[in-house]
Amino acid sequence: MTGPEAMSRLAGSRAWASFAWIAPLNGRILFGGGLVLLIVFIAAAAPLLATHDPLRVQMSMRLMPPSADNWLGTDNNGRDIYSRIVHGARVSVVVGMAVVILTTVIGTFIGLVSGYFRRLDGPLMRFMDALMSFPSILLAIAIVAALGASIQNVVIALTVSFIPHTARVVRGKVLSVREETFVESARAIGLGDWLIIKRYILPNVMAPLMVQATFILALAIIAEAGLSYIGAGTPPPQPSWGNILSDGRAYLHNAWWMTTFPGLFIMISVLGLNIMGDGLRDKLDPRMEAGR
Amino acid sequence: MTAFILRRLLGTLPIVLIVGIITFFLVQLSPGDPAMFYVSADAPPQEIERVRTQLGLDQPVIQRFGFWLGEVLQGNLGISFHQNRPVLTGFLDALPVTLWLAFFSLVIALVVGIPVGLLSALRPNGLVDKFSTVFALIGMSMPNFWLGMLLVLLFAITLGVMPAQGYDPTSFWTGFRSLLLPAITLGYSQAALVARMTRSSMLEVMRQDYVQTARAKGLRTPVVLGKHAFGNALNPIVTVIGLAIGSLAAGSAVVEVVFNLPGIGRLVVDSVMRRDYPMIQGILLLTAGMIIVINLLTDLLYAIIDPRIRYD
Repeated sequence: MTGPEAMSRLAGSRAWASFAWIAPLNGRILFGGGLVLLIVFIAAAAPLLATHDPLRVQMSMRLMPPSADNWLGTDNNGRDIYSRIVHGARVSVVVGMAVVILTTVIGTFIGLVSGYFRRLDGPLMRFMDALMSFPSILLAIAIVAALGASIQNVVIALTVSFIPHTARVVRGKVLSVREETFVESARAIGLGDWLIIKRYILPNVMAPLMVQATFILALAIIAEAGLSYIGAGTPPPQPSWGNILSDGRAYLHNAWWMTTFPGLFIMISVLGLNIMGDGLRDKLDPRMEAGR
Repeated sequence: MTAFILRRLLGTLPIVLIVGIITFFLVQLSPGDPAMFYVSADAPPQEIERVRTQLGLDQPVIQRFGFWLGEVLQGNLGISFHQNRPVLTGFLDALPVTLWLAFFSLVIALVVGIPVGLLSALRPNGLVDKFSTVFALIGMSMPNFWLGMLLVLLFAITLGVMPAQGYDPTSFWTGFRSLLLPAITLGYSQAALVARMTRSSMLEVMRQDYVQTARAKGLRTPVVLGKHAFGNALNPIVTVIGLAIGSLAAGSAVVEVVFNLPGIGRLVVDSVMRRDYPMIQGILLLTAGMIIVINLLTDLLYAIIDPRIRYD
């Protein structure tokens, strides 16, 4: 290994090391992260936590208020709401995680390419602008309409709707990083474009990306529930927080528990993610604006 | 300025074209033969073939896209399968409800959001600030359709003071009454957003030298805030308002379903249920167009309220 090459490798690993953030976690990351972990735990342990079969219809038990046996009451088919919510957490977590991973990977790639290779910037960003011109929920509804309602298609629809947001954030950061002297010197010693991107650009993009991913997860959970609520998401009878709420809509006047509890779970997960995201943002990039 | 407007207009052309391409090909993805929507289920093959030719479905896809684009540019968005009338007519019929809803929500967002944001900025970490932080966090974390259901539960079912759903256009007052709960539902999270933006923007501006100077001159606080600080803090606030209008004008789909309002959002949902593809296509295209126009206007508004911005 030659001198400059070693130096640059050192600088590269330092850039990654500066991202070894977690060190002193702030209170918000812990609190928000705790709520998120709780939901993930509920999703993972759903079969153990559920007290009833979430799909078992029992018409003699329909619309029962919360009781010792049915902790959060029963729905219009006599199914146990608590068990349905616990199983519904699986859909929210799986869809949310899948959307975040896909959005982050694809969005980051587009953002890096667009910000680094100036020639591709125009066409790629026009395409992103066009996608962003559609209200994301409408675009998602239309995609699900075209492909058919299933969990997999909800993931595709939400990923497509959210990619431009991630791509934008990454591109913005790349545009400023690529002007830095360390990128210039890396180019001067003859490193290839992709190596520069991997070693110098990507580590510097990680901080805003982490924050963005947290908020995308929150948005994805709300959007999945919204799609399921209007019947363009998780197909019944499989429980999801959105379709439990949707069932509850017709019984708002005599079964408040069908509406109140699933919504509460959505709110707790999203609240956890938002608090964690705010904490991460302050931790990783103090210059970023606190008021979103 | 004229040059800027022209350049900005030209810049949107490719975006509009791509929006058209996405809209057209998205619907092409849907399974099934669109010709089947026009004939009965037991129609003979020759009949189906005739309809396919009539609709141009036997042409290559690129040619169909060109044809579709030409029609769209002439204002012909096709015929709704379900409503059996031009898509544009169906859209325009549903538009007023959505626009009124967006308008009331925006009023709520501004009337609540700006003063709360100002008060929070006046005493950061004070009582108002702490309350508004929590309020904003909850607002951003609550799915709006759930908030809507809770409001119905409280005001329509338990207290019985508000209509639970539907839209009554007999007079301005009845219309307003039926839109009040939905507007609060949509306005809450937007108010939270506006309040946070106003707060951070004001805090930023209040650190500037000219605000210090105004204070040092002995001007009263309201004058300093109103004249010297707020005007300069407006820019990011306008951005948020622009984004809010965009998301309100078309993003209220789920809330319209909750309150059973005959607006664009419910039209989309109904069209999806009925697989009314021309309608879905038309709504996508028109709402995207509306948002592009709103973004354009927001940009122009920047130039007006902030003379420091130069566009050359």
